[in-house]
Parts: sequence; C-alpha cells; structure tokens
Amino acid sequence: MTDSTRLWHYLTRYVDNFLLGGVLLLMLIGLLVLYSATDANLSRVSNQAINMLVALTIMWLVANIPLQHIMRLAVPLYLIGLMLLIGVALFGEIHNGARRWLNIGVTRIQPSELMKLAVPLMMAWYFDKHEVSLRLRDYAVATLLLLLPLFLILRQPDLGTTLLIASSGFYVLFLAGLSWRIIAGLVIAALGSLPVLWSMLHDYQRRRVMTLFDPTQDPLGAGYHTIQSTIAIGSGGVIGKGWQQGTQTHLDFLPEKSTDFIFAVFSEEFGLMGNILLLLLYLVVIGRGMVITANASTQFTRLIAGSITLTFFTYIFVNIGMVVGILPVVGVPLPLISYGGTSMVTMLLGFGILMSIQTHPKLVKT
Amino acid sequence: MSGTVELRNHGRELRHFQLRLAISAGFVLLLFGLLFARFFYLQVSQREHYHTLAEANRISISPIVPNRGLIFDRNGEVLAHNYSAYTLEIMPSKVANLEATINELANVVEIAARDRKRFKKLMGESKQFESLPIRTRLSDVEVARFAANRYRFPGVEIKARLFRQYPKGEGASHVVGYISRINSQDLQQLEASGDSTNYRGSDYIGKIGVEQSYEKELHGITGFEEVETDAAGRAVRVLSRTPPISGNNLKLSLDAKLQEVAEQAFGERRGALVAIDPTSGDVLAFVSKPGFDPNLFVDGIDSENWDLLNNSIDRPLNNRALRGVYPPGSTFKPFMALAGLELKKRTPQYTISDAGFFSLPGSSHRYRDWKVGGHGSVDIHKSLVISCDTYYYGLANDLGIDKIFSFISQFGLGKLTGIDIEGEVSGLLPSQEWKMRRHKQKWYAGDTISVGIGQGYNLTTPLQLAFATAILASNGTAFRPHLVKQVTNSKTGAVRDVVTQPQYTLNFNPENMQRVHNALVDVTRPGGTAARAGAGAAYTFAGKTGTSQVIGMKQGEKYVESKINERHRDHALFIAYAPAEKPKIALAVLVENGGHGGAAAAPIARLVFDYHLLGKLPAGAAAVTADDEEGAHD
Repeated sequence: MTDSTRLWHYLTRYVDNFLLGGVLLLMLIGLLVLYSATDANLSRVSNQAINMLVALTIMWLVANIPLQHIMRLAVPLYLIGLMLLIGVALFGEIHNGARRWLNIGVTRIQPSELMKLAVPLMMAWYFDKHEVSLRLRDYAVATLLLLLPLFLILRQPDLGTTLLIASSGFYVLFLAGLSWRIIAGLVIAALGSLPVLWSMLHDYQRRRVMTLFDPTQDPLGAGYHTIQSTIAIGSGGVIGKGWQQGTQTHLDFLPEKSTDFIFAVFSEEFGLMGNILLLLLYLVVIGRGMVITANASTQFTRLIAGSITLTFFTYIFVNIGMVVGILPVVGVPLPLISYGGTSMVTMLLGFGILMSIQTHPKLVKT
Repeated sequence: MSGTVELRNHGRELRHFQLRLAISAGFVLLLFGLLFARFFYLQVSQREHYHTLAEANRISISPIVPNRGLIFDRNGEVLAHNYSAYTLEIMPSKVANLEATINELANVVEIAARDRKRFKKLMGESKQFESLPIRTRLSDVEVARFAANRYRFPGVEIKARLFRQYPKGEGASHVVGYISRINSQDLQQLEASGDSTNYRGSDYIGKIGVEQSYEKELHGITGFEEVETDAAGRAVRVLSRTPPISGNNLKLSLDAKLQEVAEQAFGERRGALVAIDPTSGDVLAFVSKPGFDPNLFVDGIDSENWDLLNNSIDRPLNNRALRGVYPPGSTFKPFMALAGLELKKRTPQYTISDAGFFSLPGSSHRYRDWKVGGHGSVDIHKSLVISCDTYYYGLANDLGIDKIFSFISQFGLGKLTGIDIEGEVSGLLPSQEWKMRRHKQKWYAGDTISVGIGQGYNLTTPLQLAFATAILASNGTAFRPHLVKQVTNSKTGAVRDVVTQPQYTLNFNPENMQRVHNALVDVTRPGGTAARAGAGAAYTFAGKTGTSQVIGMKQGEKYVESKINERHRDHALFIAYAPAEKPKIALAVLVENGGHGGAAAAPIARLVFDYHLLGKLPAGAAAVTADDEEGAHD
C-alpha cells in the first residue's frame, strides 16, 4: 500500500460507499435539472454545488463520529432546539408571513430545521434508556417529547416542517413497537375529529382546503401551482420533451421551478422513463438505509436509522405527491434535488449518522 | 436465569422490530406504487390532454390583418385607398387613471378636445382589452417625442396602422361609403355569419355604400402568426406564419369625372341623379346631394361633426338616389303612353279635345290639367311633348289600375332594382291588392286617374326611375344596375365581371317604341317642355320632364311658387337618354324643391350628356335657365 492509498483508505473508513454512490448520483441529476430549471444560470448551479460540497463534508464529519458521542448530544440538542423555538415564538423575525427565523447576532437561524434531527434523536435516546421495560407510559412521554416542538412549529406557521417532524417522530414510535391498537385508535380519533374540525373552520379556510383537493376551483390562486405542474408532467409523456426543452419550464408557466416544484421540471423534460429512474434511485438509497437499520445493533441506532430513512422517503413522497396533484401544496423540498442549502445539510447530516451506524464497530450486548 | 430471559426478550424484540421495518418497507413500496400509478395516469393516459393544455399555454395565435382592397372608378381613378400612419393608442384596461394619463400625454403630443371626445365615444363602443387610438396620424416629430417619453406611459403605445382614405372627399360619398370601427352590432353580425374568425384583429368594417356591400371582397383573408409566449404573455418567437391575403380590388362602373360633373351641376341644390349605361347596366354616375366627407368616419367621427351631419335639415347622410321616394310626376307618362299603345287602348291617331280638365262619367269632380283652359287637340305624340295631363287621365281610366300595375312594374317601378349597395327601398307602384293590404280599402276608379300622371299613391326612387328609363332606352332590355363593374382577385389577378347578362328582356312592338322615342326627342326640341335644355345639342336627346308635389293643393287653389315656403316647393324631375337612336346613357335627375323639371333638372342632364357623349366640360356651375315648363297638378 502506498501512502496515498493508505490516506484514502483512512479518510473513507467510515463512509458507506453504497449510500454515497446513490447520494452522488441523485445530486448529479439535481444539478442537471437545476441547470435547466434556472435557464442555464451557472451561478445558481455552482452555488448549489457548493451547498452540496458543504453538506457532503458535514456528512463525512458526522460519519466519523462514533454513535456513543452522537447519542450523548441528543438531550442537549433537543433542549437547545426547544429553547430556540421558544425564542422564535417570542422574538422571531417574520418573513413571508411566517415567524421562523431567529437572529442570534452573527446570523439568522431556523431552529425548526435543527429539530428535524433533534426530535427523533431525543425520542430514540429516550426509548434506548427505557429499553428494558417499555411501558405505555414511556410511549406517552416520547409522544410528549414530539408534540412540544410540533406545537411551537405549527404556530409559526410551518406546515411542511411540522409534517416532516411529526412523521419522523411517528416512525420512532412505530419502530419502537407502539401497539397496533393505539395506532388504530389514533387513526380513528383523527378521522373522527375531522368533521368537528371542519365545522370549526371559517368559510375562507374551507375554500382554501377545497382548493387543495380541486385546484381548478381557484386556477389563478392556490390552484395555479398544481394545475401548471400537472400540465408540465402530463405533457412530458413517456420520454419527456428533452433536457432544457420543457415549455412549461422555460416559458415560466411553472412556479417555484428550482425549489419545491423542481420535480415538474424533471418530469416534463425526462418523462415517465425519467420518473421511474428517479424513483428507483431513491429506492436504492432508501433500501440501503433499511439495510443499515436492520443491521443496527442498539435500540438507539435502530430507531434513529429507521426514522432517518423513512423521513427521507416522506420528503420524496410528500414533494412528488404535491407536484403531481395528489397531495395538498405544502413547502417540502425534493431531497438532494431542490435548490437550497439548509435542507441539503439536514439531509446529509442524517446520512452521516446512517454511515456512522453502519461503519463503526457494532456494540453487541452481552 | 434472568440473563437468558433478557436475551430471549431481546431476540423477540429484535424480531418485532424487523417486522415493523418490513412493514415500513412495504409502506414505502406501496406509496411509490401510488406515485407510479399517478405518473402513468398523467403521462400515458392523459398525455394528449395535458399536451394540448401545454400547447395552449405556450402558443398564442395573433392575427395579421390583410390590406383592404382598393376601389377605383371605371377609368382607374382611385376612390378609396390605404396609407400607413402612426397612431397613439391606449389600452384602457392597463391604465389606472385614464384622465391623468391623457392629460400627461397632452404635454408630449397634441391632443385636441375632439380627440378626447372621440376616445370617450370609442371607449363606450369597444370591446374590453382593446387598444384604442387617442391620436391618429402622428407626425414624425411627435412619434420621436413620445418614444423618448414612453417609459412614463405604461399601457400607451405607438402603432403603425393602415388607414383608409377617400381622396374624393364628398365626391361619390354615397356610392363608395366608408369603413369605421367594428361595433358590438357588427360583431354580432359577424358571429352570426360565422366570419368572426376572419375579423380577429380587424378594427374596421364597411358601414355603407360599396365599402359595406362588398365587405367580403374588400376585407381579404386574415393571416395568422403562431407566437410562442411566456407566462407573462410576452412573445418569445414566431413559430409559423400564414400570410394574409389582401382584399380584392373593385373597379366601379362609375365614371368619377362624370360623377364630378353631375355633382357640380347641382351646385348647392339638394337632389339626386342616377345615370346608367342601358347596354350594360353600368351605373355611370350616382349622385345624392348634399354628400358628406367619408374620411370623417374612418377614425370614429367626433360628436361635433356627427351632430352637424345628423341634425342638418339637408340630411346629407340620407342617400336620396337609393332611399328617397318621390312621386314620379310626368316622368311616368312615357311608360303610360307605351302601355296605351301596347295594350291597344290608344292608337297614334287617337286625339282628345283638351278643355283643361277630366271628369269621370257621372262625377262633377274635375281633374285639372296644369294648363288652365287646356291644350286643345292632343294626340299621343303631343301629349308627351307638352306633357298633357288630361290625355293621361283618360288613358289611365281606360287602362284601369290592374293593367297599369302589371305593365309598368315590368320597368321595375315599385320593386327593388337589386343594385349592389344596401339599403335600397322599393318605392310604390299602387295596385288594388296593395291598397287592400295597406289601407284595408277597395280601389276607387278615382284613384286610378292621378296614378296616370305619376301622382296619387305613386312613389319611386331616382334609381328606379333611371332603371326604368334605361329599359325604355334599350327597347326593353333590363340589366341589373350595378355600381361595381369588376372584382379583381388580389391573389390570382383574375378579373370577374359583376353583371354580364341582361336580367330580362321585354318584347315591345318596335313601332310603338319608336313613337315614344320620337315624342321624347321632341320634348327637348322647340315646343317641348325641355326645349331650353336641349337647345343646340349635338346628339339626339330624348327626355321627359316631371314635377312632383310636396304639398297638396285644394280644389280651385292655384300653385304660386313665390308664395310657397322653399321646402314645400315642388320637386323637379327629368328622365332622359341619348343618343336617342342608340342610347349610351340613360338617367334620372331629381332636384328637391327645384320647381319645374324642365328648368331645374333637365339642364343638369344636358351637362352630364355633354360630358359623357362629347367629353365637353361645363363652362361653370350649372345656371338655372328661365322657366319653360309647367308642372302637372291635380
């Protein structure tokens, strides 16, 4: 072995090549689509490339941290996040009608983004601590740990993040073995409360909800996004219009085309074939996450790995579901492809944890 | 012991966990399957639908307005043409405060009060989202000045547009007509006729005259440009272009020079003249005085000018030749005379002894001749030359209304001539059936008497009278009168004649025809009622004077021209054709409140004939010569 190969080996010790490969391929697709979506704006594309490099570096760093250290961070991260959320509620800055940002002197931060990892970490930590004898009370406490930040984020309001954190928390509960009876009870309770909730809504709120289900009711308002994105996708057909050839994209009919609706750009230009390829790539990454989860040796690692993997899936499903018009429009980006640094970092931080779980020596209980 | 239990528990929990993980994986696959199904639905099943929507988003079709066909007279003189000019246009829907914007604009280009008024009028008539002109015909300096200030005026634009112009102004205005902006009524009609697609982008449509009746020929076929537009509606590029096809050019049968001679002959008098080539039905001159300047209407007439035209007592917008109805008076007599001969109620030798009136057997009511004391011994020739009323009272009575109606209607009186402009009225040739229908009364023998001298219920338009004269001049050959001679296809250059064949031919005894012709020629010779007008003519000039009453006279009352309000004076009429042996032109002249036909109307005919047959231009304006005819009164 030469020195350089030894160095390379040393650096990639804790990197999961399988996962990295999938992530890099998706990022490559992301850059290609972004190039088209921004009308060949190289500065936006290089910006995104830098975001990716930063996120990849963070992923590498986290992958190198043994899980015990990460586990030790769970409680402080959660508490800091919670305090920051309270801070946002009290002193937060308002942008676009939502109070999400906190100015901490040097820069502005969005604490809800931190909570995307801190909440499942905290819950996994809690279940890990009470692993020996899990009782109903423990699930209740874990649920409380979830609901507290959720309430604060919902108030901002930030429906997309609320949804993602809620599902990441639910996945922890589910994987920790929450009884089917309670799950069924929760589902029934949720469905049962819908009519009551509906009757409490104002007329304009109901209209807004109806628009989510039938975008043609408000073609120039809230429905516009969905109408234009379904036109883009449908007109893409089986093989698509070709890279940089999407008319919906390049004539500006598509809104938010480099961020939340970037899937419509991809789908218009690459068609059904492209969609299948993309879903398969995502499945590869999700599958690898599942394998890592299955191989994880401790309650904490299992729960956190499962939650990260399934939340990654949730991002994909909610984003694509909204762009193809089967889910209401909520602000959820398409992971690894939508333009933006914050979600990229959060995403790859999660993958760093997955890699760390996979590559560090397993702690086998005796 | 407890260790094994814990270990077993641990193993069971692990299995539990893995089951849950497997369920999650199934959940993931299920939802991805759902997405795939949705992709399939959108991109395979509904692809055509969404493809259409995407194309509709992307492609907007903008019309290219064709050039309107030109109108020439029979000698190629231009009567209507197009020119390109800059207009300053406002899109009212894009301007927040119209008043303020127009005030601001007035600092940059000149905007007169009438421009503002016209703009307001257009606003009321126009479709939404239409760009409307606030100023037309901008000078180059104004264009440059606006261009420099354009940024201050969103929603205001300079456009190069084709304008219609009528170089003759008032000349032949009732024939050529005018185009004007399409209003909601036009729009409805276009939609009903299925032409609205071809008018996308067109602002103008023919409103009256040839411009209206030949709209389909003149308009042309609108071209289309497929333009790719972005979400903001900006044109990105042109995808395809179907060029417009210009409208067809029209060659009128009208002789613009002759028209001018005729119009000038009227001077300031009101009236109408229609001159027809009896060998073809070509309308050589078609005058309705006063006229109007059609150019005023093109950009949308301002209310001041409109009121001036519309409220004038002279009613310049009324096409008298086409729509004015007047009793034909004595011009009716040649047709009556021919009827008498043809239907064998009179022989050339038959003579009456005219005492100055006619009475029906067993009635004391006197139908008076215009000449007190009568004309003495009168045969059919003399009856026309001196316009004897008494002769025709008796003839009418002998013919009866049914025969009069069926014979004279062959000359087109009481019917539409079918001339190629819209709005013609049919006038009235009375009949028993008509009176019953209209007045719910039976026909009386007395009704027939006044019909015989062209009064009574008789009403004709100058056009009908000219048409009837043309049939008479051609010994019974009727060509549909037409203002447009030829249509030239702008694409192929092919020329199509509008009228080539006679509409119908009447067969009269040539001897009878000749007798009428001879008598009418003598009308313009010494002793005739139009002797003054015919004096020194270098061709044989056949004519018949006429006078039509505006107000009725009581029994025994005398008509004294000088005592009667100008507007209540009789209308002067004259029908004529020349050269009598082989007529090239037949006409009818009407001078409203002109008095006697021989004095007021016949000289106009003479000037028209002199120009048409000899190329002689009148020395000056037509002078009214001394009276040499008396009208007919009953």
